[in-house]
Amino acid sequence: MDKVDSQKLLKKGAEASLFLADWHGRKVVVKTRLPKCYRPVELDAKIRSYRTSHEPQLMHEAKVAGVPTPTIYLVDMKQASVTMEFVKGKQMKQVLAGVLGKERRELCVRIGRLIGKLHKNGLIHGDLTTSNMILNEEGKIFLIDFGLGEKNTEVEARGVDLHLMKRALQSTHYKFAEECFKHVLKGYFTVLGAEDAEKVIEKIREIERRGRYIDERKQA
Amino acid sequence: MKRQAKALCLGVESSADDFGVGITSFKGEILANASSCYLPEEGGIHPREAARHHAEVADEVLSEALAKAGVNPRNLELIAFSQGPGLGPCLRTGATVARALASYLDVPLVGVNHSLAHIEIGKLKTGALDPVTLYVSGGNTIVSAFEAGRYRIFGETLDIALGNCLDVFAREAELKHKQGMSLGAALEQLAADGKKLVSLPYVVKGMDVSLSGLLTAATTLLHKGECRLEDLCYSIQEHAFSMVTEVTERALAHTEKKEVLLTGGVAANKRLQYMLGSVAEEHDAKIDIVPRQFATDNGAMIAWTGVLAYTHGLVTPIEKSYVKLRWRLEKVDIPWIK
Repeated sequence: MDKVDSQKLLKKGAEASLFLADWHGRKVVVKTRLPKCYRPVELDAKIRSYRTSHEPQLMHEAKVAGVPTPTIYLVDMKQASVTMEFVKGKQMKQVLAGVLGKERRELCVRIGRLIGKLHKNGLIHGDLTTSNMILNEEGKIFLIDFGLGEKNTEVEARGVDLHLMKRALQSTHYKFAEECFKHVLKGYFTVLGAEDAEKVIEKIREIERRGRYIDERKQA
Repeated sequence: MKRQAKALCLGVESSADDFGVGITSFKGEILANASSCYLPEEGGIHPREAARHHAEVADEVLSEALAKAGVNPRNLELIAFSQGPGLGPCLRTGATVARALASYLDVPLVGVNHSLAHIEIGKLKTGALDPVTLYVSGGNTIVSAFEAGRYRIFGETLDIALGNCLDVFAREAELKHKQGMSLGAALEQLAADGKKLVSLPYVVKGMDVSLSGLLTAATTLLHKGECRLEDLCYSIQEHAFSMVTEVTERALAHTEKKEVLLTGGVAANKRLQYMLGSVAEEHDAKIDIVPRQFATDNGAMIAWTGVLAYTHGLVTPIEKSYVKLRWRLEKVDIPWIK
């Protein structure tokens, strides 16, 4: 029943390796967290098993909240692997780099709405980058890689989540990072409502001031 | 007097507890790298006291560097200084020395970003060309790589720096600076005798790390007195180093670069070197570790980065040579890399 056939390495990420495989006639992705030999065995086991069990739960809850995520088929705690639906599409990282201004802004608004839905439902993604979003063939945006996510409704956690999104945009899409983030926030506002969203925006500013060597701290 | 025919740059470093003067040729030969470290009787660096130390030793360190390099100050073509980021009073002391030298000798002055200098000296001394860099010191924890004209910051600490985390814990444990040995080295030595891994917070958020919770938890356990000190030293190192190694690996996987450079004061730690080397190997990348004498803050790295900037058309007029306490690495244009 839990046999997964013909595994082919799709991507060797830092945290896990993704294999493309066949599972009862379906095309699936097997995400395996291989042991890291640089860290102690106990710590390694703790991190891998924690992330393996949490990720599918969060992905399921995200789906319930109206955020497209790959369907989970199988969780194997022993192997620290998760078998899930293969979403055919393009990474948002590439999509954003290849579209014109208006379309890019619209995509960012949609991304912002998805993040808003997560936060509104007490979910934190934990690693919001444009590599972790897939635009599928029907034009739906899927969020993937919830390995660093958590259930949390605090403004602090929401702020860090969006701060990471901003940072990811700055390091990958430096030419239009500011404009993108502005539109992400626009979408975020529409879902979370002005009152809650404002609190998060203020928290982002605070997080940035907390960081080292930020100009804004001078005025604080 | 053959040497003096070559173009030379003198660099002044004073961003934290070290006052350093280095002299390099425009071709990257290091002729001198003198320094004096401010050692507080107790506690961490008091900026004003450190600055006072720098002012007191400036003359001596400068003379030492010039004598070591065997150059007459009249033959210097360029003065570089650490313009930021760092502690205000300390930076200002170094900047004053540099300004005075540049106007007295009537040569150009160039302000250098301190974080950038750690990367550039690492590249110069190891031969790395386009690495993902983990820069870890008492004041910084940065994972960066070059993309489109700038060193982009992929990950960093959300609160305290790695070296700061280890130093504060070492002081709480009343470890002392031994002859020529830093607190970090004393902690590393104890950690080598650690046998049991104590569970501590492991906080990775995206590409960033948070170390303050780890420090608080380790310090609390220390004061409870239920754990062996060696085990705690071992555990704080294992947790903190695994965190920075994980984010470095993420940047490596993301950028697909083929070199990893470890630089900054904590780069001297053998355990961290091993962890990063292991990750590099897994991604078929080369690991480069900055030599010890260039790992901590030093004048040579400032001189060399000054040369790179100056030979690519950058100078800092005296009126713009004010120090920048929070000058982020990603704000600096890098015309010398294409």
